[in-house]
Amino acid sequence: MDVLQLFVSGLANGCVYGLIALGFVLIYKATEQVNFAQGDMMMLGAYVTLGLHNAQFMGLPFWVSVPIAIGTMGLFGYVLDMLVLRRMFGQSQIAVVILTIALGFVFRFFAGLIWGHEPVALETPFAGRYVPIGPLVLGLDEVVIIGVTIALTVGLYFFFSRAKLGIAMQASSQNQLAAYYMGIPVKRVNSMIWGLAGAIAAIAGILFASKGTIDPSIGLLGIKAFAAAVIGGFGSLPGALLGGLVVGIMEPFASRYITAGYALIMPYLLLFLILVFRPHGILAQMHSKKV
Amino acid sequence: MRTLFKTSYDADINLFRDGRHAMWYGLLLAIAIVLPFVLGDFELGEVAHVLIWAIAGMGLMILVGQTGQPSLGHASFLAVGCYANVILQNDYGVPFILSLPIAGLIAGLAGVAIALPTSRLHGIYLGIATLAVSVLTGDLIVIAEPVTKGVFGLYAPQITIFGITIDRYGNPDRFYWLILAVTVIVVLLYKNLLRSPLGRSFAAVRDSEVSARAMGVNIPRTKAVSFGLSAGITGIAGALMGHYTGIFNNETFNLIMSIQLLLMIVIGGLGSIHGAFFGAIVVALLPQAIVFVRDTVSAVAGTSSVAIPGMETAIFGIILVVFILFEPMGIYGRWVKIRTWFELFPFARRDMFRRQRSYLKTERMR
Repeated sequence: MDVLQLFVSGLANGCVYGLIALGFVLIYKATEQVNFAQGDMMMLGAYVTLGLHNAQFMGLPFWVSVPIAIGTMGLFGYVLDMLVLRRMFGQSQIAVVILTIALGFVFRFFAGLIWGHEPVALETPFAGRYVPIGPLVLGLDEVVIIGVTIALTVGLYFFFSRAKLGIAMQASSQNQLAAYYMGIPVKRVNSMIWGLAGAIAAIAGILFASKGTIDPSIGLLGIKAFAAAVIGGFGSLPGALLGGLVVGIMEPFASRYITAGYALIMPYLLLFLILVFRPHGILAQMHSKKV
Repeated sequence: MRTLFKTSYDADINLFRDGRHAMWYGLLLAIAIVLPFVLGDFELGEVAHVLIWAIAGMGLMILVGQTGQPSLGHASFLAVGCYANVILQNDYGVPFILSLPIAGLIAGLAGVAIALPTSRLHGIYLGIATLAVSVLTGDLIVIAEPVTKGVFGLYAPQITIFGITIDRYGNPDRFYWLILAVTVIVVLLYKNLLRSPLGRSFAAVRDSEVSARAMGVNIPRTKAVSFGLSAGITGIAGALMGHYTGIFNNETFNLIMSIQLLLMIVIGGLGSIHGAFFGAIVVALLPQAIVFVRDTVSAVAGTSSVAIPGMETAIFGIILVVFILFEPMGIYGRWVKIRTWFELFPFARRDMFRRQRSYLKTERMR
């Protein structure tokens, strides 16, 4: 029973990591840019919701503030790409990495400036309630997180396989030039992908905030999610979710059965081993060129 | 405008282009040597701080700027050098003059040990692997508590070289000269490395791995050597940093520091020794500059001084964003442009430094 309980709480954590990792991979696949600020975008998403919903700020109803926050972050991602990232088109990847790390610093500063550095809790309607399922007692927040992640995954699957825009995104991520020749507005599609990643980051942020308190430095969680993305395979969307789940499920078990000092380093140790033995992740989509 | 007539093949690789070039650097060195007689103790400490960051920056520059391998984990090598140096002195009684190079050597071996398994990775994947190393370092220091004292940290001992005691606070001028000497040695080493076959093979790996391999460069070996040299120099900087701060523990060399190191050399200008120094000046003096500006503003405005938490990293971040967007070659790149404009006046053209953008460059097939 204990094991199942640990499994579910790990699963809920893993879903949040997976969603952040999904944002990384979306952007990477489409534009070959690595967005290290994805974790900070998640943090912003959580704070925007908090600013709209919590009584001390604007006090809007929860179900009104959530869509507004998601929309805001989507727009934020779109504008960020339009104004900043688009200028980096064709420059080296590492320059983009450094740029997004710097942007992360800036986001964290402004979040701290606006909403303060003290940990605050988002007042969700499902905090502190429990659902008994058979002999298990699950937090409602965990159930919601897992449910939302499944729904979002299914939604994204149909979006990428059926919707015109989703197929255009796939096309431009496979070959930008060919997509451009086919009449796809690659620049706008890229910005839309950033917007989509922003919206997903906002959802991840809201889900994360529903599990506990948040402060501006939770963006550093992005690094763990990043590890998750690489473990799963950096070029594949299902891989990102899988990696997130692996890291999330591993954590509670590691802290339960391994000495405290070693438990913390498990995700990174796994990341390092994966990189050494399977450099392109569990679900690899890369090929090496020979001379 | 001066024209350089090359009369021998050595003219291409000489340390100094001509007499004037040598004179300027000699003058700079002379100024650096007499600095303790001019500056107060606090300012001297700050200059020493800049030099230590510059050494670390040069270490990372060999890897990122010359060999083109990004590393987000160089604070780990700072940590290895710092801990090795102090543990050698405290526990084994090795004198500083030996423990410093040995610490560099140990850090270098650590670098090779990390480079060997990761030699197949490139670009962003290498960055991620080194990032993992950086995160692991802090935890490993805690795990190796019997040696490293974990969270309680270690104290750096007083340095004694041939009976002369050097203390960071007791006699900052000697401490400064020590660091200056190490800096000059590292600069000479770096400069000589660039004109050796090894330095050329670094550049070849950076510009194109495929063509470097076609030219007979052993890529895994070159990468490992580059990693080792880079980690070694960074380790020496770490040892000096340990003596500078006096006390350090598992949280001193964190991920933020790794990132800061990388950001530093980007601001300074990738691929040049000058860049490491310019970047070090920005990173080491920015906190002081912010305090100074804040105090001045509040003194002029007549309000009490307010400290905004996180201000420092935010300003650092904004500077960085501006540089990457508008001057990707860093401070040194801007300086070269300005200098060229004056040297060629009035013939400088706007497009002289325009970089080629490769829209079709992809990481997916390598």
